[in-house]
Amino acid sequence: MLSRTADNLYWIARYMERAETMARLLEVGARMSLLPSAHGYRNEWDSLLQASGTAGGYAQKYGQAHQRDIESYLFFDLDNPSSVASCIGKARENARIVRTALTAQVWDAINTAYQELRALEKSPRDKLELSRLIDWTMNKAAIIRGSIDTTQLRNDGWDFLNLGYYLERSDNTARLMDVKYYVLLPRVEFVGSGMDNYQWATLLRATSAHRAFHWAYGGEVTARKIADFLILNGQCPRSLTNCIEGVCTHLKRLEKAYGRPSRPSEVAETIAAELAALSVEEIIEEGLHEFLSRFILEAANLSGVIFETYLSGDVR
Amino acid sequence: MAVTTCFNEMYEKGRVRPPYRQLEDWTRAMPAELREMKQAEAEALFRRIGITFAVYGEGGDPDRLIPFDMFPRVFTAREWARLERGIKQRARALNAFLADVYGRGEIVRAGRIPGRLVHRNAAYEKSVVGFTPPKGVYSHVVGIDLVRTGPDEFFVLEDNCRTPSGVSYMLENREIMMRMFPELFRENRIEPVDSYPEKLRRTLASVAPLKCEREPTVVLLTPGHFNAAYYEHSFLADLMGVELVEGADLFVEGEFLYMRTTEGPKRVDVIYRRIDDAYVDPLCFRPDSMLGVPGLMDVYRSGGVTICSAPGAGVADDKAVYTFVPEMIRFYLGEEPLLNNVPTWQCGKEADLSHVLAHLPELVVKEVHGSGGYGMLVGPKSTREQIEAFRARIEADPDNYIAQPTLALSTTPTFVNEGIAPRHVDLRPYCLVGERIELVPGGLTRVALTEGSLVVNSSQGGGVKDTWVLAE
Repeated sequence: MLSRTADNLYWIARYMERAETMARLLEVGARMSLLPSAHGYRNEWDSLLQASGTAGGYAQKYGQAHQRDIESYLFFDLDNPSSVASCIGKARENARIVRTALTAQVWDAINTAYQELRALEKSPRDKLELSRLIDWTMNKAAIIRGSIDTTQLRNDGWDFLNLGYYLERSDNTARLMDVKYYVLLPRVEFVGSGMDNYQWATLLRATSAHRAFHWAYGGEVTARKIADFLILNGQCPRSLTNCIEGVCTHLKRLEKAYGRPSRPSEVAETIAAELAALSVEEIIEEGLHEFLSRFILEAANLSGVIFETYLSGDVR
Repeated sequence: MAVTTCFNEMYEKGRVRPPYRQLEDWTRAMPAELREMKQAEAEALFRRIGITFAVYGEGGDPDRLIPFDMFPRVFTAREWARLERGIKQRARALNAFLADVYGRGEIVRAGRIPGRLVHRNAAYEKSVVGFTPPKGVYSHVVGIDLVRTGPDEFFVLEDNCRTPSGVSYMLENREIMMRMFPELFRENRIEPVDSYPEKLRRTLASVAPLKCEREPTVVLLTPGHFNAAYYEHSFLADLMGVELVEGADLFVEGEFLYMRTTEGPKRVDVIYRRIDDAYVDPLCFRPDSMLGVPGLMDVYRSGGVTICSAPGAGVADDKAVYTFVPEMIRFYLGEEPLLNNVPTWQCGKEADLSHVLAHLPELVVKEVHGSGGYGMLVGPKSTREQIEAFRARIEADPDNYIAQPTLALSTTPTFVNEGIAPRHVDLRPYCLVGERIELVPGGLTRVALTEGSLVVNSSQGGGVKDTWVLAE
């Protein structure tokens, strides 16, 4: 397939996954704002901006953190490259470019999401409840993901779509956890307190893993358990281990389809092997933030190698 | 001179013409509510499929729909047979002309067409003089714009030898009509048009270059997804089963052209390009082109790749050269033209110019190189100020303009807010030229949706209709 086509497919998936993460973050924000908090709701909302990596852009445009502005910024604002609207718009534009590589159902799902978004943009903002926007986003993301799973041919295009999904998801999970550690919880004396645990639980919600966590672990929510769940537990669909395994699977499929070994596969296997050998104690010993920063860098490096090998068009 | 009497293709002497009889029953049986519902359904389908086009230089919705009129336009088998012969004849002559003016130049030497119209034409491509493309074909898709003024009176308005667009509408209009009104297709015997993409692919494969020794790899070259016609490009590539590429996806190495794939370079043999000559190769034409492929022309001229349409094909569809097409038919084919030109005055000629300037309110004046309904004057529909402004433009550069009488374009019944009303139409069939010359029975009917308007261009508020050719 054309390298550019592979690139477009990969980015459709990344943008859709990113849109979904934004919606999850908004949900967390909405929930937190309903509860009394030690820092006041502004701080909680601010942490959302930090988590989504959009704090700088927001501050430039609005200054102070206000719930309504933040909602607009994270959902509708096209000046925010990570807003739900930006992500869906870009996913759709990538899809439009490679329509010939998508099934009618997948195109229809993406295009319908985009057309509905355009209609939402035109409705008066006070008629739109945040919860409805969040549900809508999750719903569309699920329909698109589902139509990819049920209708796309299992060819190399399917692999590039999935590489996009898994890489974006691993990055999002790692960043969310990192933000928890440094932004949600700025003061050392909170560690282990009730507040701390509440914030960890919020993180579980952000990764849609609240109930799954209880199935897997039960009992009290502790930082150790959550780190294990979101990093090492292969059962958790958003865990780093699971995402990297997904990446490995699809890279192996590509190697087989193209009949030649590839460097991305090597790099991904190294990361997977490292994760498999780790225990949560070792991660905490290294420092969660240090570990996550290292992981984010390694994942970015892996994306780079995938780009050079398959997407740039420079392969010989 | 106002246009008062026009031929309405549905009626003759107050009676419904045979090809439209079933449609009369159909419209009678359709209450207004149902019609509105169907119209909304059609629009939703178009939007969902993503058939939109962009209008340059305007704000607003970047994804605009071309208005689709559900009332089909119908030709009988006999009418079509005549058109088909005329269209194929014209496509043959235009290609013969191109082979000639880039070869020995017989028609100029014989004095049948002035040399300056050819050699000083902006579309005349010196870099391909002496090179003959595979099978001698220059224009592989010839779009011939036709208008009708009576039951048997058809005129060619212009030829499009480069990359005529709109064929996706011909195909999609049919798809949507079949989806919404299957009963119409059961009751009428309508020739199918859906073989077009396969015929186009075969045509392109049939002109593979000399150096191609295997099943040729065909690609469609698009300027990219910001182009107004991108939907059409991706639609055709999809239906032909070929890659849709942009300039950056291609590169030249040695004597061949390759595309960049996830598995490494893959050789390309035939390019169906939907970009203009000027952008094809920055080393040969516009150096600032980001859309083309550096070195492509060298590969082309050494027989490593075929470019469709051939660079330089535009010299045959110029509005000034147009007036000589009947002459080409006589000169190359030894036949009389089956389809007439619209009588045309060339403002570059002194006698013609004074006639044009004296009759501006009656004439349609066009720029020689203009297209899309821009830069034209429709005399009877213009104000005195508009006419005077245009007069100044003609006087400043007479060579740049031609003029034609305002034709009493035929109308077909069209759904409008008030019900059904006659609206002016034209027709663009797409003739394929490769090893063989082929024409699918149909084309794109464009309709001027504003009452009395003669401008059918989509960029000027025109719409489209499904076009039927009835089987014998």
